[in-house]
Amino acid sequence: MSEGRYILEAREVDFSYYDGLVIKSVSLGLKKGDIVGLIGPNGSGKTTLLRLLSGFLPPKSGSVRLSGRDLGQMSRRDIARLIAVVPQELEMLFSFSVWEMVMMGRTPHAPRLWGAGRRDREVVERVMERVGIQHLAQRPFQELSGGERQKVIVAMALAQEPDVLLLDEPTVHLDINHQVEVLELLRRLNRESGLTVLATMHDLNLAALYFDDLVLLNQGEIVSQGTPEEVLQEANILRVFEASVEIQKHPTLGVPHMVILPPPR
Amino acid sequence: MVKKSLIVLPFLSGVLILGVVLAASLGAVVVPFDQVARLLLSRLPGVDISPTWSEGMEAIILQIRLPRVAAALVVGFALAAAGVIFQGLLRNPMADPYIIGTSGGAALGATVALLLPLQVVWYGFTLVPLAAFVGALVAVLVVYNLARVGPRTPVTTLLLAGFAVSSMLAAVMSFLMMLSGTGLRRIILWTMGGLGGGRWEQLMIITPLILLGMGWSYLYAGDLNALALGEEQAAYVGVPVERRKLTLLILGSLLTAAAVSVSGLVGFVGLVIPHVARLILGPDHRLLLPAAALLGGLFLVLSDLLARLLLAPAELPVGVITALVGAPFFIYLLRRSKREYGF
Repeated sequence: MSEGRYILEAREVDFSYYDGLVIKSVSLGLKKGDIVGLIGPNGSGKTTLLRLLSGFLPPKSGSVRLSGRDLGQMSRRDIARLIAVVPQELEMLFSFSVWEMVMMGRTPHAPRLWGAGRRDREVVERVMERVGIQHLAQRPFQELSGGERQKVIVAMALAQEPDVLLLDEPTVHLDINHQVEVLELLRRLNRESGLTVLATMHDLNLAALYFDDLVLLNQGEIVSQGTPEEVLQEANILRVFEASVEIQKHPTLGVPHMVILPPPR
Repeated sequence: MVKKSLIVLPFLSGVLILGVVLAASLGAVVVPFDQVARLLLSRLPGVDISPTWSEGMEAIILQIRLPRVAAALVVGFALAAAGVIFQGLLRNPMADPYIIGTSGGAALGATVALLLPLQVVWYGFTLVPLAAFVGALVAVLVVYNLARVGPRTPVTTLLLAGFAVSSMLAAVMSFLMMLSGTGLRRIILWTMGGLGGGRWEQLMIITPLILLGMGWSYLYAGDLNALALGEEQAAYVGVPVERRKLTLLILGSLLTAAAVSVSGLVGFVGLVIPHVARLILGPDHRLLLPAAALLGGLFLVLSDLLARLLLAPAELPVGVITALVGAPFFIYLLRRSKREYGF
């Protein structure tokens, strides 16, 4: 495989926190414009893999490359101009306003001394409009609802003007309308701006609806990857999640849709 | 939208200058406000004002009151700025400049120096401020190294190591105090803090150090904002977290060490002034850091003025005033703010 074919690539990455590998020889490549869902049971290593791909954790062996450069050799500032991360939860200190928070996404671009310039303000305004949170600009982040918060954090990540957006369970604590809203937004960003997206997902049906490709992780290893049809198969789900399901077709979009089959009562 | 800082900072600076002139004019001998202002202006380069004041007044203002006022000013700057840094860095509303061992180290250093039968004077520094300065920095270095876990220095271990080291230093100090005999009163007075010891020679060295430390910290105001997102997210927006933590820790400790070497342990300013500034002006460190420093300077200048005047000719420890006046004001601000104060 040629150098630079992937925008973000993990090569045979191992990782362990103390003992016992949490991530075992994972190789994974994202091409520009990919939109990929990372699925797997709790503790399968999804979040850890995300932290490796974002350079927050250094691999024990193997390497993570961003446009051909080893992440370990890059400064946080350089990485932050190319990769933005939306965490599962954000414990925000102090009552910063939404505007101020989105502006923090400009940190890797802003010069130290002068703070925000005109271009920074333009970018912040543009991404807030894009995400649909202009009306929240002066509200304190801490007073927002879960769905609003999630959109603010996505806006902050977009203000970094990244090539790659990594998200950890972007829909996990949200009501169904907000789940759809956030995923529609990701898909729009992917389709319209060519943003490369990788998100860990808990809800397999949502993952099938919104992602072109899925990667199934089990006990730190990739056990299946490909289109939702290829990955979401009854045998895979039974083996990895130990749950009986029947795979049907989504009534309007035709993507796989799982129906849970509870054990006989 | 006019930038808030363009209004707030000049306004605070103006009030601060008035406060300095006021503090210089009041005392056992009252020198009229306008005379003090003219006297101070005449000292500026390129200003030509013929003296309308006596030489005695000039000596009182320039040699006695002003060094003291200047000491209050820079100590207030340093403690408030260090408080902002430590609260932001440690993500803890109870953090103050003394929290990770500086006070314990400084106090032990000063105690040892006070008990040594030595008379050393070096550039206007006696042994006590030197020992306090060095003690504060050594204590922080010890705490930092104890708190390291591999490549990281987690905030929790930093706070706990700070607490442990401070406790040990306090125990040693209690022991020394017990043995100190007649030196005891001086040690207690030092730990209560006071600005009577301000001398020009000493301030000539400490002031640039404090101003430099403040200026340098200001470069990281944006990073302190990002750290409010948590360390992991701060890294994702481009902050080299561990390196920045170390830098800010050193800067905050230097500011604190410089301050305590002048004044002893003045409490309250470094804990509460950052909160007061944040309650009034919001959490953006680009404004908060300079504004809190100015507010800290003003607060300490006025507190020291009250400490001198209230029971004149006797003096109150300035720490008594900062807490007695400052705490009710702080509580009033807390109660008044309509929203929950989101630290």
